[in-house]
Amino acid sequence: MIYLTRKCEFSASHYYHNPEFSEEENRRIFGKCANLNGHGHNYTLEVTVKGEIDPATGFVVDLAELKEILNREVLDALDHRHLNKEVPEFARQIPTTENLAIVIWKRLEQHLNIARLHRVRVYELPDLFVDFYGEP
Amino acid sequence: MKAHLTRRYVFSASHRLHCDVLSEAENRAVYGKCNNPHGHGHNYFLEVTVSGQVDSATGMVCNLAELDGAVQQQVLSRFDHVNLNLSSEFAARVPTTENLSVAIFDILKQTFRAAHLERVSLEETGKNSFECCGN
Repeated sequence: MIYLTRKCEFSASHYYHNPEFSEEENRRIFGKCANLNGHGHNYTLEVTVKGEIDPATGFVVDLAELKEILNREVLDALDHRHLNKEVPEFARQIPTTENLAIVIWKRLEQHLNIARLHRVRVYELPDLFVDFYGEP
Repeated sequence: MKAHLTRRYVFSASHRLHCDVLSEAENRAVYGKCNNPHGHGHNYFLEVTVSGQVDSATGMVCNLAELDGAVQQQVLSRFDHVNLNLSSEFAARVPTTENLSVAIFDILKQTFRAAHLERVSLEETGKNSFECCGN
């Protein structure tokens, strides 16, 4: 089994706010991320796929195809967007980095038929990242 | 859904690698310049990985402020800007980065209970790092 990782970046804005919490609870749990005017990050995304090497091409996956799926399903939907307001998955869930990793996994999993998804890693900052392996 | 969250920290400390049961020559052979009598120091980059179910109300594995607080209180305040050889954790073991990563894993395992501790990774320099997963 060979693992291949593709890296890309996107920039987006968001805020953390649960309408079922009081304003005081939102402020206590989410801190300055609860500011409804939002803020933004440069996210770094690493997508790792796994598979056997095709003896004819020597590839685990066609990188151009992977890049095209990444661009279409993830970057076009998230880059330079407001996650709360423009990404349907975040209409009802908070766009934390945890949920972002899960959303990206689900978007890719539906369309990635050329290799098996192994890991989605999302860096919100160089010192903070989330890994999702598709575990329930 | 279960996710893994990793937070990166930095601290600076000095140490000298020296084992009392070895001779001076053996210490020099085993540890090289890390055995120099007056010690030396590093900027250690620490990665702490925790895992758990993403809470449906908060969207979080655990509250980051709580994790930061625990690492600050239990790890950084203990090891930042100290001589590791004089720390109680290394009274009976050599402060290699292997042992330091095990010590940090054990400390966090005992004191941070808001999420499952998966892994501690410690970079001693840009060229070497050590991981402890507690087994």
